[in-house]
Order: sequence, then C-alpha cells, then structure tokens
Amino acid sequence: MNKVIEASGLSKSYDGNLVLDIQELSVERGETLAVLGPSGAGKSVLLRVLSLLEPATSGKLLFLGDEVQDLKGRERVEVSRRMVMLFQDPYLFRGTVLQNVCYGLKVRRLKEGETKGRAAAALRTVGLEEFEERSVRTLSGGEAQRVALARALVIEPEAMFLDEPFASLDRLNRSGLQVEVRRILEDSGITAIFVTHDQEEAARVGDRIAVLEVGRVTQAGTPEEVFYRPATESAARFVGMENIYSGTVTGAREGLTRVEVQGVILELVSDRSVGEAVTVGLRPEDVTLVPERELDSRSSSRNALVGEVVGIELMGPTVRVTVNCPFPVVSLITRRSMDELYVTVGENVGLRFKATALHII
Amino acid sequence: MTSIINSFKEAFLLLVRFDPEVYRIIWLTLEITAVATAIGAVIGIPIGVALAEYRFRGRHFILTIVHSLMGMPAVVVGALGFMVLARSGPLGALKLIYDPAAMVVVQVVLAVPLIAGFTHASMAGVDPRLGLQAMSLGATRLQSIRTKMREARAGIMAALIAGFGGVISKVGAVMIVGGNIKGQTRVLTTDIVQQMRQGNFELAVAEGMVLMLIVVVITVVFTRIVERSGRA
Repeated sequence: MNKVIEASGLSKSYDGNLVLDIQELSVERGETLAVLGPSGAGKSVLLRVLSLLEPATSGKLLFLGDEVQDLKGRERVEVSRRMVMLFQDPYLFRGTVLQNVCYGLKVRRLKEGETKGRAAAALRTVGLEEFEERSVRTLSGGEAQRVALARALVIEPEAMFLDEPFASLDRLNRSGLQVEVRRILEDSGITAIFVTHDQEEAARVGDRIAVLEVGRVTQAGTPEEVFYRPATESAARFVGMENIYSGTVTGAREGLTRVEVQGVILELVSDRSVGEAVTVGLRPEDVTLVPERELDSRSSSRNALVGEVVGIELMGPTVRVTVNCPFPVVSLITRRSMDELYVTVGENVGLRFKATALHII
Repeated sequence: MTSIINSFKEAFLLLVRFDPEVYRIIWLTLEITAVATAIGAVIGIPIGVALAEYRFRGRHFILTIVHSLMGMPAVVVGALGFMVLARSGPLGALKLIYDPAAMVVVQVVLAVPLIAGFTHASMAGVDPRLGLQAMSLGATRLQSIRTKMREARAGIMAALIAGFGGVISKVGAVMIVGGNIKGQTRVLTTDIVQQMRQGNFELAVAEGMVLMLIVVVITVVFTRIVERSGRA
C-alpha cells in the first residue's frame, strides 16, 4: 500500500455552492504534498474534508486503501485518530505546554506514565524540551506553533494536514520553521499535505505541488513542472510567471518553433503546428538585461529584444524592471546588477532569454 | 446617619450574640440558596452548553425564552408557584406549600435561566475552531465539548455567581410559597420585609447588611476561583 490518501470525484458544497471539485488527488506514503492556491481557492475546505473533520458532499476518499468518506460516529473517530491537523493559529488550550502536548494522548485514554514520556520526546524533537511547565500564554508565535507541532507529532499520525501553519509568523521564524518541519517530516516518514498561498514555501517544504484554483486541482507535479510549465494561465500568474502573451505559430527552424507576438518573433521549443494560436509564458527570473550596445554579441539565448524601461520596482534585494518592447516584459534582477547596468526609466535596454525559458501554456 | 451607624452596630451584635433564631434564619438562607443554585447548575449548565453547541429545530425559540426568563419577576414565579403547589393546585398532593422545599423549587425556576443564559454566552464566546482543533487531535464530539467547557470555565463560574446572586436576593417568590413562617420558612430577605412592616427599621437594615456580607464573602470566593481559572 503506497498511497496513503486517494480522492476521486470528491466534491464539497455549502448551500448549493460548489467549493471543492477534486477529480483526482493522491499522496504517496512518506510524501509531502504542497497544495498551492490563492485565498478562496478551497484549500482549507480540502484539508477539512480529507481529514474527515467535514463530510464530503459526494465522491470517494480512500485512506490506506479503505473507503472512509461515509464513515460516521465511532468508526469515523477511529480513522480520524490516525490523522492530525495543524492550523494557521495553533489554538493551544489553557494550561501548560506539557498539558497541551499530552492532549491527544489523553483523549485516547493512554496511561499517564506513557503520555509524559512521549510528550517529552515530542518536545525534544521541536527543540522545546525546557518548556514543559511553561504556561502557553507566555509563548511567542513561533514557540506556540512548535508546541502545536509537538502536540501533533506525539500521537504518531499516519497523515498530517497543515493549514498554512507558518502564515502568522514573521519572516525569520517562518523560514526557520519551514526548514525544521521539512526535516521532521522527512525523518519521521509521516505523509503530509500542507496548504499555502506562498510559492516559495510550497517549493521549500513540498516534494510535489498541486495547484488548486476555484476548488479544482489544475496541475500536480514537481516544483520544476509547476513553476516552469504551469498548465493554465491563471496558475501561471499565480506561480509568478508574469510575462504571458498571446501569439501565433508562424514556423519552425532548426528544431525551434517560431511564435509571433505583436509583430515580434520569439523562438521556443515546442511541437505546435503553424497557424496555431498559443499562449506563451516566461518567468521574470529568466529574462536577462544587457546594455543595448551588447545585444548583438554572441550568446546562447535565442531571443534578444530591445525596449524602453518603463518601470522599476524595488523589492528588497531584488528589482522588478518592466521594459516595453513593444509588449511589456518584466525582468527580475539584483540591485547590484541594476546599479552596474545603470538601468533607469526612459532608457533603452536589451533583453535576452533562452528558447527553453519560454513555455506554451 | 445615626440610624445607619446603629444598623451597623445591630448587624455586628446580631452575629456575635449567636442568637439561635438569627442563625436559624441565616442557615436556612444559605441552605436554600446552595441547594437551589446547585440544582439550577445541574439543569442550567447542560441547557446552556446544548444551546451553544448543537443546532436543532426550535433552538432559536428556546434561546429567546431563556433570555426572556432571565429577567423574570420573582413575584410572578412565586404566584405561579403558589398556584401549582397549593393544596388545591395540580401538585398540591406533594404538600410542598409553605415548606422550604417549595422555596427551593421557585428559586430553581429563577436560577436556571440565569445560569443557562450566561453559560450559553460563555460557550458561544469560545473560538469554534478550538473545537475543530480538539477533534483533529482525536477528541470525540463530547470530549471536544468538555474541552470547550474548560476553556469557558471562567464564564461558567460567572454564570453560577449570577445564579447564586439571583437566588439569594429575590424575596417575592420565597415569600409567597414559603409564607415567612417563623422557625420554618423564614429567611433573611423575608425577615427584612417583616421587620420593615413592623417598623423595626434598624433591625431590617442590620439584617440587610448581614445578607450583603454573606453575598460579598461568597462572591469573593467565587471570583477568586474565576480569576485563578482565567490565569491558568
């Protein structure tokens, strides 16, 4: 039994409104699946349905090969006790850290001697071994989320669901906890599904990514596949492929397809036919800026354009530069590169990008 | 001003003289209040919890009734209680009228809406996602409700304080069904009314101060428990 969770034709409606419509979704044993989608896509609903906290409206849900979507009462509790959910807000109960971590074991009526031992081990795993007797009211956001993680790990679940668990943390705590959670999940071999709207987080924590749009999974694959070969235009925009253009295939040359976009010929790798209307995507990170005078020098980039800088946006260590040539192309460069190239609004600049960087959506 | 000072003195003397009649009245007051509050809690807390945790047909109607009954006049409860418990009433055969048991019955009727109403408000104030978190950790529905009750325990304790306060302070109901019989059904509130009617104003005020002292002491104890619950 390699698949821990399998959903097919799974749907959820509230008052007749369809909010979830999953044709097919599965998670392998030991895998971490990141479900990436914007707010309102149905990510939290998906987790609640998969973890049996809410019943599905229709469809099939398998957990370790057994159908569980119609379970009720005691049977449902027995299965759901093999899973656990971590929420964005830790929702720690009043009391000490130890009391919280022991909660899941207490409701399963484990003996006190065993609960304390397991709780202590779980706290060691998350680096909070000195925190047993601390009141939860005194914890910082990061500490509270670690306690919630220990509380989840202590019951040794077969599946863990994480609902944007890092969203309420500051950047430093967030990235630290992401790495730690990834390590813990790998070491323990727990199968996990976590949802997020943050692409970096999805790439950092997930083995595979499923893109959820308006309740539907539009693509599932490796981070490479999702970020560089998105299946839909909306998914492309969501994963940061800002440069999206409509064009027509005009021909093929030396194994490269030529697509005309607003009078400009772009070369890319594909097998589309001449005359076919296509949508082409390009990530800003794959666009290189060069001084206009160096545009004709040799390079492996098949595409070279020149245009006027119409926008510069500082984003911390990087800069987002918009160039009109004649359609807007967004490039992401470092601040140092911007200074070295003397990029300023109104000046002309050269753009280069490889044929392999372009993707037909 | 002199009357007030004399009332203070009289209140002090009432307590230190250990007058059996006075202490019988105080004891009966405490007994009826404690029993009525306890029974009110046994009935009222589950009602409050059920109204907060379950969705069922008629829930909104019941909640409206509970909220309305929280302000129910004690004399109305007393009059209705008398009609039911009197010898000629439907429960006359129980011979409860003019007995402390009848006083407990009407006090329970007063306490239940107060305790249920405040318990519902406390439970409704607990983040519903806390219950979801409990269930995601393996709690059954009942275990999850018990967990939410622990989170709301400060509010539930306050509900008990409200029930206790409502029971000990109301005179109308116990006067009507108890009859204020000396040595049998006379409590502090009914004796205060009695002393006022007889013109013993200082004694009435003194007894009022004793009643206030009881209320303050018990409320302080309850409040300490609430605060400690809140700090945990």
